[in-house]
Amino acid sequence: MSTHAPHAPQTARLVALPATLDDAVAALAAVPAAVPVAGGTDLMAGVNAGLLRPAALVGLGRLAELRGWAYQDGHALLGACLTHSRMSRPDFAALIPALAAAARSAGPPQVRNAGTLGGNIISAAASGDTLPVLAALEATLLIAGPDGEGRQVPVSHLLAGRDRLRPGELLAHVRVPLLHATQTFLKATTRTGPARSVASVAVVLDPVHREVRCAVGAVAPMPLRPLDAERWVASLVDWDGRRGLAPEALAAFGEYVGMACIPDPEVPGDGGEPTQLPPAVLHLRRTVATLARRGLGRALA
Amino acid sequence: MNDQADAAVTMVPAAQAAPGQDRQEPHGLGTSLAPAEADAKVTGTHPYTADLWAEGLLWAAVLRSPHPHARIKGIDTAEAAGMPGVRTVVTHAEVAGDAGLGRTVTDRPPLASDLVRYHGEPVAAVAADHPETARLAAAAIVVEYEVLDAVTDPEKSFEAAPLHPDGNLIRHIPLRHGDPGATGEVVVEGLYRIGRQDPAPIGAESGLAVPRPDGGVEIYTASTDPHGDRDRLAACLGLAQEQVKIYVTGVPGALGDREDLGFQLPLSLLAIRSGCPVKLAATREESFLGHAHRHPTLLRYWHHADREGKLVKVEAQVLMDAGAYADDSAEVLAAAVSFAAGPYLVPNAVVDGWAVRTNNPPAGYVRGEGAMQVCAAYEGQMDKLAAQLGIDPAELRARNVLGTGDPLPTGQTVTCPAPVAELLAAVREAPMPALPKDGPVEDWLLPGGPEGAADPGAVRRGVGYALGMVHMLGAEGADEVSTATVKVEGTVATVLCAAVETGQGFATLARQIVQDVLGVDEVHVAPVDTDLPVAGPGGRGRHTWVSGGAVERAAKMVRTQLLQPLAAKFGMSAELLTIADGKITSYDGVLSTTVLEALEGKELWATAQCRPHPTEPLNESGRGDAFVGLSFAAVRAVVDVDVELGAVRVVEMAIAQDVGRVLNPRQLEARIEAGVTQGVGAALTEHLRVVRGVVRRADLAGYALPTALDAPDVRIVKLVEERDVVAPFGAKAVSAVPVVVSPAAVAAAVRAATGRPVNRLPIRPQAAVGVTRGAV
Repeated sequence: MSTHAPHAPQTARLVALPATLDDAVAALAAVPAAVPVAGGTDLMAGVNAGLLRPAALVGLGRLAELRGWAYQDGHALLGACLTHSRMSRPDFAALIPALAAAARSAGPPQVRNAGTLGGNIISAAASGDTLPVLAALEATLLIAGPDGEGRQVPVSHLLAGRDRLRPGELLAHVRVPLLHATQTFLKATTRTGPARSVASVAVVLDPVHREVRCAVGAVAPMPLRPLDAERWVASLVDWDGRRGLAPEALAAFGEYVGMACIPDPEVPGDGGEPTQLPPAVLHLRRTVATLARRGLGRALA
Repeated sequence: MNDQADAAVTMVPAAQAAPGQDRQEPHGLGTSLAPAEADAKVTGTHPYTADLWAEGLLWAAVLRSPHPHARIKGIDTAEAAGMPGVRTVVTHAEVAGDAGLGRTVTDRPPLASDLVRYHGEPVAAVAADHPETARLAAAAIVVEYEVLDAVTDPEKSFEAAPLHPDGNLIRHIPLRHGDPGATGEVVVEGLYRIGRQDPAPIGAESGLAVPRPDGGVEIYTASTDPHGDRDRLAACLGLAQEQVKIYVTGVPGALGDREDLGFQLPLSLLAIRSGCPVKLAATREESFLGHAHRHPTLLRYWHHADREGKLVKVEAQVLMDAGAYADDSAEVLAAAVSFAAGPYLVPNAVVDGWAVRTNNPPAGYVRGEGAMQVCAAYEGQMDKLAAQLGIDPAELRARNVLGTGDPLPTGQTVTCPAPVAELLAAVREAPMPALPKDGPVEDWLLPGGPEGAADPGAVRRGVGYALGMVHMLGAEGADEVSTATVKVEGTVATVLCAAVETGQGFATLARQIVQDVLGVDEVHVAPVDTDLPVAGPGGRGRHTWVSGGAVERAAKMVRTQLLQPLAAKFGMSAELLTIADGKITSYDGVLSTTVLEALEGKELWATAQCRPHPTEPLNESGRGDAFVGLSFAAVRAVVDVDVELGAVRVVEMAIAQDVGRVLNPRQLEARIEAGVTQGVGAALTEHLRVVRGVVRRADLAGYALPTALDAPDVRIVKLVEERDVVAPFGAKAVSAVPVVVSPAAVAAAVRAATGRPVNRLPIRPQAAVGVTRGAV
């Protein structure tokens, strides 16, 4: 049952259900105010709470071409309508283990069955579970628009608001490198059952470029990359031999990441006492450090 | 777990295999008769208030205060009233009566007039032809506020300017027991803080109000105290009681009691003024803002003991944050102060309790009220004392337990069974759950869940014990009475009683009682409305005791009517006749007939009341026989803690409980499991966050209830069946005491796992980081 007023003509509901990406782009072009909807796990909650009132919807449920993935030059081209459930399966986990782990941890089964990768990116919630993984993988978003699927945007640019979707554009695919190495995604929550993350850490190894890439989710509006810590720890790894690091090095990496993401307040210029972080923030930093230490340890084990 | 699942699976085909053969089903007291509405609830066809519909109904929306404390300078409803589709807008000006809302104290204006005193206080309401229109119109009402300083720290309430004409101190109880100057060889001090648990009923508040031709109103709602709600509503609306009628619909979750009245008042007002049926279905956020929560409490304790660990004196200061309005706070405080020492024999006690007004969200009745907050504190003290003396925590408790015949600090002698020592021994002797190292690692559900970040190497296991108690029924002279009618016609009996089935199992119990007394298997429980005689509110085991008692008496009166003519005919006393399985037989087997034949086509009715022995209010030094009955439990919690992340998972809760008598084993187990799970929620996650009086994240993502993965294995190790002779059937209340004791037991177990003091509920992750490791 709809809880929306049918009587006001300006809110008349327009719903398009395109079957192809081109049709979807055309539908968006025809009604520029239309909002694309895939799983609806974020959008419909906002609509039901009266926070969003889309003038029209473009349903993406029939776009079969966006529900799978393809291979392209050592990369996987992931459809934006891939559900979290699909990404959780072992075949996907063999390709991009951290993304699969993030998808498995995202909410209860009902949400994972409906919620999509593209939706997670566009909603850009701070606690979005796939976001730190995509940031660590340095994923590229392929945007479809009136001029075709030509525009490419790094995921971090979109999340940081440096580059936004333009009217009539639709997130179509996400290009992710296939690194053929271990990856981890760890998430701290407030309970044992499904919950939003308090902090999450994705660690991916790139043995070809001899890089360790790490992103921290949920502690800031967008995933944070501790680049100095990444470079420092990559220099310690014996890429040609056993990759494991000493517990002290893992712990130091964790602290490095924690301090980078949740720095101490700056010492005031007038030489006054620096303010102390509250205990809850210090605990969050400790949580980030623990997750980073464990995540890297498991990736190198 | 598996055993239960198998049992449930085999039970269903057995029932299907013998349709119509009612003898196959359990019946009567002591059996696991299934609730009549169980199938409908499981399959989603049981009607709740939110499902109701009436021709031409309007939708209501309520405008709530965004400020915790503000003066209302003016309310302009013109724009809202002029919106297309809007039928009626009401503010305090339309409230005809001069009464207030609230359960024991009616100090809350039905709609705010000159002041708003908490975030979410209702200010105005709108009825429109569509819920969205109503919501938009409510948002279009212009209220001019002068924001005032909010008093949100209960400790500052004493000195603050009065927030209400009745003053800021709602009640102070100074309890003095024995020698206040006594001292022990050992003293431990502790400060404890208990958070704001929300009842979070799974179905948010909703209701349908239909205007009556006589100017009154009929309300369809999930009330758990229909007569009380009717009386308060009539007073607020300026109507006679008989002009207001409440029909009770399916209750979607109630912790014994449920407070929908704050929603029903604007609804009734809108229905009366618009002349149309009006429906309201609260959003989850409104639900959190609109109903009362558990009293957040600050407690300071000093326990005095001798070297052997025998308690000498308990000193306590208990400060309860009542929020803006008094409601039940005086009664809640009485429970907190009376049970401040717990189920222990204490020769001397000095307890001061205060319930004070603040601009925080309103606090009220949530299962285990008062008793739960002090349990977490006195059990924390017992752990602290044990550590100080080097005595095993369970052994220290065993040396101090209360028993039947011992006095409470209030001076009341415990006359009911108090098998505390037996309960404690049972949980101490229960086998420990297996360590995960003994099984495959995949089976180990770590703190943080299957996709969590826990590291088995950082997980520590802790074991903690707690004992606790609650009172049953109303206290301090509350008149507890219930009336029930039993009717038999043919092979069918009907129970009419205004006790509301909230899921607590009253309707099933009523059927079992009638089956037992009259030997009639098919028993129906009639729907509840306010035309029935008063049965009182739910909670604290009231309906098992008072309404169950009334049903039993009424059924026995029918039985006498049934057997008397037979007995006279055969020249024997009616006591020599027994009824079982629909047959009446005499002691010697000479007479044998069926209930149906004995009825001779007549319809037999009887109505009876049950009223337990009276209680008295606590006097000026906190003494008096304030309680009708008490129930006790012992819990052993086993937890796993990731001592680096501070993540806690409760592995197992072993509970031994004083139940008086088991009336329905399966229902009783379900009540205990539910109570333990609610207690685990209070211990770990359930706290409604309020920042400077403003509620934050009022949704089920921000307010984390236990999920199936958070619910621990509940091992009921012992049900002590020592009948309470003054209670009907000898049964005690079962739902509240697990909620009271479980949080304290979880805290004790986390203390054991981490070596940290753990003096705050819910336990925050930073408080569960181990002291030996984990500092990064």
